[in-house]
Amino acid sequence: MSEVNIVEAPPGIEGSGFFATSMEKVVGLARSHSLWPLPFATSCCGIEFMATMGSHYDFARFGSERPSFSPRQADLLMVMGTIAKKMGPVLKQVYVQMAEPRWVIAVGACASSGGIFDTYSVMQGIDEIIPVDVYVPGCPPRPEAIIDGFTKIQELVRNESLRRRESPEYKELLSRYGIQ
Amino acid sequence: MGNLSNQQLVQRLTARFGERITVPTEPFGLLTFGTSAETIEEVLRFLKEDGELKFNYLTDITGIHFPELELSIGVIYHLHSLTNNVRARIKVFIDGNNPKIPTATNLWEGANWMERETYDFFGVIFEGHPNLVRILNVDEMTVFPMRREYPLEDPNRVDKKDYFFGR
Repeated sequence: MSEVNIVEAPPGIEGSGFFATSMEKVVGLARSHSLWPLPFATSCCGIEFMATMGSHYDFARFGSERPSFSPRQADLLMVMGTIAKKMGPVLKQVYVQMAEPRWVIAVGACASSGGIFDTYSVMQGIDEIIPVDVYVPGCPPRPEAIIDGFTKIQELVRNESLRRRESPEYKELLSRYGIQ
Repeated sequence: MGNLSNQQLVQRLTARFGERITVPTEPFGLLTFGTSAETIEEVLRFLKEDGELKFNYLTDITGIHFPELELSIGVIYHLHSLTNNVRARIKVFIDGNNPKIPTATNLWEGANWMERETYDFFGVIFEGHPNLVRILNVDEMTVFPMRREYPLEDPNRVDKKDYFFGR
């Protein structure tokens, strides 16, 4: 058996027989190590993600044991590849179907900015239609880069306030995208 | 080698249509000639249904735009005679302000999507087409993007603006 690593407890007050910390930190810790990603792969970045998911890079060791191929149970939308304008409404619907809290990572140049496809038919970055938390550069990015982006997401999840999704700033952000 | 030479084909065509088709050329051995929107349906029917020529396969329909020409929109047909192993290309130039041409869907069912695509990108109206709507682009699109009057780049993109590069 290999050594089993367990995450460190969040900062708190410890005494004999008790440990006190805030709910927010515990929830953040738990969520960050159990993010269920929904891969939305349309092109070569998706191939890199397949390598990331595979045994060599083993994406599952970060708590993404279960790539969710339904948006209903997913926490993290991973958009990998060129999103054509015709695909835009589909992507938006997938995002809307996800339950809060939800995070989005744009993997690769195309999802982030349209990449080399500066043309009438391609969306110039998915942030035109849905809010994005982390952008991973690369064309396509290596699995290491995708993992790095994922750890950035984990960082966000771990430190997110429990009340963030109720905040007026967040509601305004969503309404700017026309999402209730 | 085809069973039917280009010369034989030209002879048949000129005998049938005379002045109504332009002088055929053979770039890269591919027989190419032009005709008008009034004649195209008859030409296609003749090529397809003639017992000797048998151009039974419609390879492609596409468009082209030359804004400087008087007849600025071109519709290009590629035909293939499977029995004779020979191909032909027909170019029809029409008025860019009123691009109308008869449909080929009465001859080939396969022309349906090809004509929708040509409509989608060049705005050519194929008269008689059963369902002439956009096929590849988003339905809300108001322009015909492969016409040269429209910019290829997406206008929403800001990261390529000149001031980022000191221009």
